[in-house]
Amino acid sequence: MAHQPLAAAHAGEPIRNTTLDLAHMSVREVNRLLHAASQGDFLIKNPRGLHAVVAGLDGELNVRIDGHVGYYCAGMNKRASVTINGNAGTGVAENIMSGRVHVKGDVSQSAGATGCGGLLIIDGNASARCGISMRGLDIVVKGSVGHMSAFMAQAGNLVVLGDAGDALGDSIYEARLYLRGKVKSLGSDCVMKNMREEHKTSLRKLLDAAGLGGTVDVSEFRRYGSARSLYNFHISNLGSY
Amino acid sequence: MSSNDPWLHTPPRESAIFDKHTIAEIHRAAATGIYDIRGFGAKRKLPHFDDLLFLGASISRYPLEGYREKCGTDVTLGTRHAKKPITLKIPVTIAGMSFGSLSAPAKEALGRGASAVGTSTTTGDGGMTAEEREHSSLLVYQVLPSRYGMEPDQLRKADAIEVVVGQGAKPGGGGMLLGQKISDRVAAMRTLPKGIDQRSACRHPDWTGPDDLAIKIEELREITEWEKPVYVKVGAARPYYDTALAVKAGADVVVLDGMQGGTAATQEVFIEHLGIPTLAAIRPAVKALQELGMHRKVQLIVSGGIRSGADMAKALALGADAVSIGTAALIALGDNHPHWQEEYRKLRTTAGCYDDWHEGRDPAGITTQDPVLTRRLDPVLAGKRLANFLSVLTLECQTIARANGKSHVHNLEPEDLVALTVEASAMAGVPLAGTDWIPGHACAR
Repeated sequence: MAHQPLAAAHAGEPIRNTTLDLAHMSVREVNRLLHAASQGDFLIKNPRGLHAVVAGLDGELNVRIDGHVGYYCAGMNKRASVTINGNAGTGVAENIMSGRVHVKGDVSQSAGATGCGGLLIIDGNASARCGISMRGLDIVVKGSVGHMSAFMAQAGNLVVLGDAGDALGDSIYEARLYLRGKVKSLGSDCVMKNMREEHKTSLRKLLDAAGLGGTVDVSEFRRYGSARSLYNFHISNLGSY
Repeated sequence: MSSNDPWLHTPPRESAIFDKHTIAEIHRAAATGIYDIRGFGAKRKLPHFDDLLFLGASISRYPLEGYREKCGTDVTLGTRHAKKPITLKIPVTIAGMSFGSLSAPAKEALGRGASAVGTSTTTGDGGMTAEEREHSSLLVYQVLPSRYGMEPDQLRKADAIEVVVGQGAKPGGGGMLLGQKISDRVAAMRTLPKGIDQRSACRHPDWTGPDDLAIKIEELREITEWEKPVYVKVGAARPYYDTALAVKAGADVVVLDGMQGGTAATQEVFIEHLGIPTLAAIRPAVKALQELGMHRKVQLIVSGGIRSGADMAKALALGADAVSIGTAALIALGDNHPHWQEEYRKLRTTAGCYDDWHEGRDPAGITTQDPVLTRRLDPVLAGKRLANFLSVLTLECQTIARANGKSHVHNLEPEDLVALTVEASAMAGVPLAGTDWIPGHACAR
């Protein structure tokens, strides 16, 4: 299972089509190499639940990870496309700025937390606080999401083909939530809204981007967002806090 | 004898329990139905550094010449893990304060003042502004629960990273930037609509305990190539355990903020009733570091009510590596200056008491986003004032250190101190003046 010597990255040589084996390299070595690369295709093997794998990428990179990853995989990603053939731990793609992160399995809590842009696709289910404080990221979850998802979500879109747990969209700001399944309960100031044509168009684009174009009927979704009644503190709203 | 004779009537007596302020607050609460929100820090009388004294030299202690002999003040932070630790020329830094709570000229002035004397300043909620990066030679980038403005490129531009767990003014509380301070620029930086109240979360969105924190710090180090010192800031609540856990989580530096630490906007009840005084927090934190063999390896920065070189020297003597100032720095810029007395009166307050920093009407142009008020603060002049103040703090601290025979301010030690009150003696772990008694300690000579 050969991998390109680290010295190549240090010498500034282009690195392409490289296999990186975390059974023989440390996370630090892998990340350092990828941070030094501006483009290329990479296969990462044996992630074995390690944390911060491919965190902080910033380049036209295609990265495939075969196996399960721990916390903060692809954290703060910029431009890179990362595919995880496995499950991901807490905070996958947290604070992602741009690019694409695709998890083929399930993810733990706080997926896409505070994400500013890009696309996060989760083929399985997401645990609690999916999309918490998201700030422009688009998330498509093909399964269900746990409680407090989209808590204080500021901007971006969260699409869920399955169900949502308690307190969906609690204290939500301007993010849009599209849900096909059942909602156990809505959080403070989160309400169901009309699904106008512009929203159906936007949802279609999101589903297309997630590879679901033509397979899902957008009319099955409901839209949720902020009632904007708690945007400015007022004494009459005390019961809502 | 007439009933009008004044000596027949006892003079009005103010209740110690229901004093004028308390009664006014009850009237205010009854009229409005809402708690009071304000800026500044705790205003009540608390055990503080004023309750300690330095002994100075005597027959058994040899002083250094006050104006001639060298007394070092430098401190290096981040020696534990960071590839690029930062060195401050003076052991006093500027605490995290956001653009949003402060005006752009105020942030610039903080950077100018700190840089002029070789120390660092710190970002706040909302991320890093170009002005503060440009004018801060050493800039600490805060990773806050809200993550407003958080960007990896800014993380990489910083000289150090501070993971904020809590704040002395409100341990366990988040923040609030009221709508009137949300300008177009502040709104854009925080990805929120203009004019709405911006709530800063009290919990981080992607970690929940010390084991998670260790992994979060690992991620931040990975993203920044393990170059930058990582601080963990805690409000003084359980300093022994919080310091130990921060060390366990991999912190290079622990920032400990006592309850006198300032805030831009918090409920008065929070400011005055949660957390413990700075004086009470230092020794437990130092004890935790010492027990772990990490004292001076993981540096301790103490903040919360630091006003003078004496406060600074006392914090260092109790085991801190540096101190941090926020409220005092704003005052040095011009906050609460008598020059604006007429305008303070219009706001129904007076110079020295103005604390409605959340309202955005600061006459001094510091805690506001109002373009007219903001223009009042000259960042060059205000920066010079801050540099002067930081220099005075340092000179005062050196003066005290030399008098105690120390060639570096870090050589100050608890044995140089005594306490004026039983409370301060117990909290600081130094003897009551004139005795060898420390409450809770076995007597020692």
